Amino acid sequence: MIETRHISKGFGDHRIISDINLIFERGKTNLIIGPSGSGKTVLMKCIVGLLDVDEGQIFFDDRLFTEMNFYEKKSIRQEIGMMFQGAALFDSMTVEQNVMFPLTMFTDQTMEEKRDRVNFCLKRVALENVNALFPAELSGGMKKRVAIARAISMNPHYLFCDEPNSGLDPKTSILIDNLISEITKEYGMTTIINTHDMNSVIEIGDKIAFIYKGKLWWEGDNNEILDTDNEELNNFVYATELTRRLKKQK
Amino acid sequence: MFKFAKKIFSALKKILFSIGQYADLMLKVFKKHEKTPVFRRQIADEINNLGIDSLGIVAIISVFMGAVVAIQTAHNITSAWIPAYTVGFTTRESIILEFSPTIICLILAGKVGSRIASEIGTMRVTEQIDALEIMGVNSANYLILPKIVAAVIIFPILVVISMFLGIFGGWLAATLMHVVSTTAYYQGITLDFIPYEVYYSVVKTIVFSFIITSISGYYGYYTNGGALEVGRASTKAVVMSSIMLIFFNLIITQLMLG
Repeated sequence: MIETRHISKGFGDHRIISDINLIFERGKTNLIIGPSGSGKTVLMKCIVGLLDVDEGQIFFDDRLFTEMNFYEKKSIRQEIGMMFQGAALFDSMTVEQNVMFPLTMFTDQTMEEKRDRVNFCLKRVALENVNALFPAELSGGMKKRVAIARAISMNPHYLFCDEPNSGLDPKTSILIDNLISEITKEYGMTTIINTHDMNSVIEIGDKIAFIYKGKLWWEGDNNEILDTDNEELNNFVYATELTRRLKKQK
Repeated sequence: MFKFAKKIFSALKKILFSIGQYADLMLKVFKKHEKTPVFRRQIADEINNLGIDSLGIVAIISVFMGAVVAIQTAHNITSAWIPAYTVGFTTRESIILEFSPTIICLILAGKVGSRIASEIGTMRVTEQIDALEIMGVNSANYLILPKIVAAVIIFPILVVISMFLGIFGGWLAATLMHVVSTTAYYQGITLDFIPYEVYYSVVKTIVFSFIITSISGYYGYYTNGGALEVGRASTKAVVMSSIMLIFFNLIITQLMLG
């Protein structure tokens, strides 16, 4: 479980997020949604520790992350897997080396053990025979799947995904969403996804937090979100002609 | 007048901020590396990328510059009282004292500096550095330290090779163009040879290696934005490395030869 208590973050005089209180439960796919510029990415960067919060506390299973020193944070980070918007695979490494990287850096496994783990992770994300390819040789969807394989290679307790569907076609998006959801339940991870993809919201949103103008505007699940009377959230959910038509039919 | 003072103050503040940021980065860079076998492999890779890959350009420039120095020296000797071996002597001194350590390092600042800044800058803008940090890897140490160590090892070797090739180029030009005889040239390059001068050049190169890699690493590491900023960081890295190189050239020369 990850909990944020009254966290705020700003740059200079400009406050990006303020007073965010959230609980992300274990074994659930937790979604942070909101329009561009609402503060979703800053919130996620604060939770993973890429940005220091100005105020508030963050707990990883009752461990106060915000008060930890460099080495304590480092040990928590080895329990974190993250998939970035652009996959963030290391260009100079092959797929195998990318997935193997955390194992090489933080375990004493033999090459054979590491290779077995890499093959297992790649198989889990439905990728085979790509070990020797470089990221530049992969499609967008394949890159994202390699990024997931790398993120789960260390058996993380926490999985973070920043815009996992950006730049993908609807079919591949659903595939990636389902994969993340399955992995979350399979390994009992606490998963947090940053997205503004409404398909993801409906498909896998066990818990949804709507961030608007840097504040937590609404909380609920994928059943509640369609019937909310929150105006800003409705403007976000029913922003497209397609969703408006669906609402009318409903 | 007030506006001008404000501009100066703002520029000064920016410079002090950059120096502080650079020092902070170096503190992160010089922390203990994560895994020794990985670190060793990275150093070997960087020696290849930064040093061995630069051997060609260093060789070509050294031979031609040595040849030009020899021809120019011969051209400037108008008095019959000046012995012919002066050509060899002057070529050796110019090559060892200044050309090989300084000019070659300036060329390496362009070639290697831009490579380092753009490589690390691209990793920054594509979130690869964030990915390292999330995993718990000290990204500054992982990315910059192997480059510094590799450059400190390989650049002095490149410079010593450049010295030999420069003197060889001088001989080639002198004999092929009948400027001086081989005997006179050989007499010149062996005349009053002071090994300390080679030591001075190697010390200079070690300092220059650190300057080139650390400054380029700094500009790459703090790149912010997209492809345009990566290009800018790369240019800034080359310009700043070159300026610092010239500045430290003066300081080291004064300290060791002054």
